Amino acid sequence: MSGALPFSLAGARLVALPDGALWWPAERLLAVADLHLEKGSSFAEQKTFLPPYDTAATLDRLEALLAAKAPARVVALGDSFHDARAQARLGSAERARLAALVACTDWTWIAGNHDPHPNGAGGAVARELRVGPLVFRHEAATDRLPAGEVSGHFHPKCTLRGAGRAASARCFAFDGRRVVLPAYGAYAGGLDVRDPALATLLGPDFKVLALARGRVHAIAAARLG
Amino acid sequence: MGVAAVLPPRFAQWFGARGWAPHPHQIEILASRAKALLLVAPTGGGKTLAGFLPSLVELADGAHRGLHTLYVSPLKALAVDIRRNLERPVEEMGLPVRIEARTGDTPAARRARQRRDPPHILLTTPESLALLLSYEDSASLFAGLARVVVDEVHALAGTKRGDLLALGLARLAALAPMAGRIGLSATVADEAALQRWLSFDGRGGNAVVLKAGGTRKAEIAILKANARVPWAGHMALYAMPEIYDAIRGARTALVFVNTRPQAELVFQELWRINEDNLPIAVHHGSLAVEQRRKVEAAMAKGALRAVVATSSLDLGIDWGAVDLVIQVGAPKGASRLVQRIGRSNHRFDEPSRALLVPGNRFEFLECRAAMDAVAAGELDGAGNHPGGLDVLAQHLWGRACARPFRADEFFAEVRRAAPYAKLARADFDDVLSFVATGGYALRAYDRFKRLVRGEDGAYALAAPADARRYRMNLGVIVDAPMIKVRLGRGRVLGEVEEHFIQGLVPGDSFVFAGRTLIYEEMHETDAICRAGRAEEPRVPAYMGGRLPLTTELARRVRGLLAEPSAWRRLSPEVAEWLRIQRWRSVMPPKDGLLVETFPRGAKHFLVAYCFEGRNAHQTLGMLLTRRMERAGLRPTGFVATDYVLGIWGTRPARDVAALFEEDMLGDDLEAWLAESSLLRRTFRNVAVIAGLIERRHPGKEKTRRQVTFGSDLIYDVLRKHEPDHVLLRATRQDAARGLTDVRRLADFLARVQGRIVHRALDRISPLAVPVLLEIGRESVHGAAIDELFEAAAEDLAAEAMDGAGQGALL
Repeated sequence: MSGALPFSLAGARLVALPDGALWWPAERLLAVADLHLEKGSSFAEQKTFLPPYDTAATLDRLEALLAAKAPARVVALGDSFHDARAQARLGSAERARLAALVACTDWTWIAGNHDPHPNGAGGAVARELRVGPLVFRHEAATDRLPAGEVSGHFHPKCTLRGAGRAASARCFAFDGRRVVLPAYGAYAGGLDVRDPALATLLGPDFKVLALARGRVHAIAAARLG
Repeated sequence: MGVAAVLPPRFAQWFGARGWAPHPHQIEILASRAKALLLVAPTGGGKTLAGFLPSLVELADGAHRGLHTLYVSPLKALAVDIRRNLERPVEEMGLPVRIEARTGDTPAARRARQRRDPPHILLTTPESLALLLSYEDSASLFAGLARVVVDEVHALAGTKRGDLLALGLARLAALAPMAGRIGLSATVADEAALQRWLSFDGRGGNAVVLKAGGTRKAEIAILKANARVPWAGHMALYAMPEIYDAIRGARTALVFVNTRPQAELVFQELWRINEDNLPIAVHHGSLAVEQRRKVEAAMAKGALRAVVATSSLDLGIDWGAVDLVIQVGAPKGASRLVQRIGRSNHRFDEPSRALLVPGNRFEFLECRAAMDAVAAGELDGAGNHPGGLDVLAQHLWGRACARPFRADEFFAEVRRAAPYAKLARADFDDVLSFVATGGYALRAYDRFKRLVRGEDGAYALAAPADARRYRMNLGVIVDAPMIKVRLGRGRVLGEVEEHFIQGLVPGDSFVFAGRTLIYEEMHETDAICRAGRAEEPRVPAYMGGRLPLTTELARRVRGLLAEPSAWRRLSPEVAEWLRIQRWRSVMPPKDGLLVETFPRGAKHFLVAYCFEGRNAHQTLGMLLTRRMERAGLRPTGFVATDYVLGIWGTRPARDVAALFEEDMLGDDLEAWLAESSLLRRTFRNVAVIAGLIERRHPGKEKTRRQVTFGSDLIYDVLRKHEPDHVLLRATRQDAARGLTDVRRLADFLARVQGRIVHRALDRISPLAVPVLLEIGRESVHGAAIDELFEAAAEDLAAEAMDGAGQGALL
């Protein structure tokens, strides 16, 4: 995929894709974080009528991604469903589309804080998943572990400043030992990588792999204002 | 009709005791039987008292119980000020009349009491009226209402607040069918539009216009400075010594500027040369409320010699002692200039005195044109526009909060508000459906209804708690996300746009609240700063702080350029500038378009003298650069001022007429608009006003930062999946006349077809100098964000290549 950025983590050669997914060519493994499916209808329950197309929009991108990469394995890093009732609220078309995606690959749902029991959508369910040198989990572990962690949860975004203007973008946060994926869901907002909750997890020399206009840009943390 | 026939003795005696005679229009208004009456009078014409005289006369016998008169003004401060001014005649005549103000600042306990036990005269704002109308008891509160007085109609009609108020008035007419309307307005070009706005059928029926006699004379001059009028810039710093002298020669001067950055800089410069330590203050909308109130109080006491102010001081408040108005920067419109000038010598018999200080040579032309327009009594049109569908959505939700309604009756009521007189039933139904369930084609939310339909067919609020959410989010003013500016951990100086703070790195300096601050860090939602000194501090930029030049004034500027015999009335350096332009190139034609092309350095420039205002020029710049790109002309940037658009690239443009063909408003416009951040910002405002995005939610305060981020995501999804949703229609409708000014651009392109004069020059023309000087001052649109990321990424390339550590970028 053009605009993608390769990097290595614990000896695994990975690729940050411009739409926010992580690709591991050697394993033909695709990871996506924080889909937050049915976030729109979750707000609608509270009578905030966000456009009811967020699940369809997220599935559009997932389908295109899976068609392009033909992965052997997909890992959804948790918070795939916005709340415990989200699967019940899925429209019939979206339910069928999601089932088709899950059926044609080896799909693992990692449990997240929004969806502690993501059962019922096919595929496997796990708290974490180890593949070779890497471990996939929803939220990065706070204790000091060997390198090789892939997680989501924080929805990292970064802000660049310069010449009196600023721009922000979703990003991967990568410190050589772990990588935190950006949220993939259409309505998932972002947390600035400099926020203490995220910054304390990362080593001092972390980099962001920012998603801007169809490309992934590697930027040192020191460059962020 | 004789005075004695309509003015009761008690009132006649009061006028007599003060040595006053009632103005003729004050008598006429008493005698009038019109149900809706628009009083058009210059500032200081006793307009306010005229508006209230019928009420005071009717209330004099003490027989009326409950609310008699509702007064609505666009400014909270005005409501408070009017109460002070009204209480004097009421006390002096011993009238049994209770007058109270009710605004967002009124304590909750008093507001509750006002609904139980209303005063005779209630002074309020459009938002507070909407709030009152949303209560179930609104029908009984307003049942006995006899009069509605709307102040500053000219400032409300044509805005979203005007839309909201027009809908509120239509509602009041249904609750209190007997209540008459009096509108008070400054002199405007299009009285008929205001007449329609005030009328009971939204079409001008039964509305009478009463014009107060005698326009006030104004002595207006352009300030003569020792230094030459500069080529570019807006700050007029060259004229500071003369401005200071003018202040010294006046009792109290109001120094009006166009933008908040200008207010900060002019204030600083004046203090730099303030040898006599004159009490000079600054006033603008971003300063902390307490600071503004302090300045206003000092002004009212006559303790100040000058206030540097933006339009935050524009409206109605009576500063008796002001004897000089200084307008720094271009006036932008004749009506605006007239209203600002009206702030000086607030008495009928004395002429207003005003000095205009152009910031640059084009502004000099604009000042001259504005003086001609004022002398000729020509004003700018407010222009009619259809009311916002987002405002209608808010009103409809409020309507449901008060009590159930039937769609047919409510539709008829809404159409009696002038901005909605031509509202299509389909649009109304879409808004209704939006409020009820979101109104999406995919009817996914039908089970989460906000409105339910009863057996009788009436729509009602599904849950009473929703009324609270409506009340917490009411209002049509949506501020850009703001950040508090805090001095250390101490006091808050005011607010600046988040966008500006995001562009700062710790250690950067900027000017705010009249001082130089060093930015230190963000602490939660506050920007922590310390006082400091700096050679060249930045000045906060504010979105939308600049009004575009009006169409009428632009026509006069073009007329002035095309008429060399009129150049004598310009300053020598400005006249010389135009003479050399005529010699080296040609003057822009009065009704056509001059386009110059010339090489400079390695670049080829195209300068178009459109005079359609900055917003329309920005849009034109985006569209032209797309078209030039396709033609292989490789444009690399453009800059837009109020007068001129300049584009540069690596190849010269030859077929200029083809570039300006009208069809650019088709697909290119659609494609650009969809991606444009202007449309995103407009969508955010529409979504907030319509209630899709809540500013406040019971129990939790959503930070505005989250709102900003969320609206972009929603916009992207909605645009892709339901591009014709009512909120996107409302967004496009807003954008056409707001930040993109597409409507004006369309009129312009139609006007100049077949009248484009192209001059291919071998070097820059005198008239093109100002716009080229703006390059670099104005950020160039479009690729800026890409550049930011790519520049940062490039820097990193070397570092990325070193491959150190166990995880490395390959």
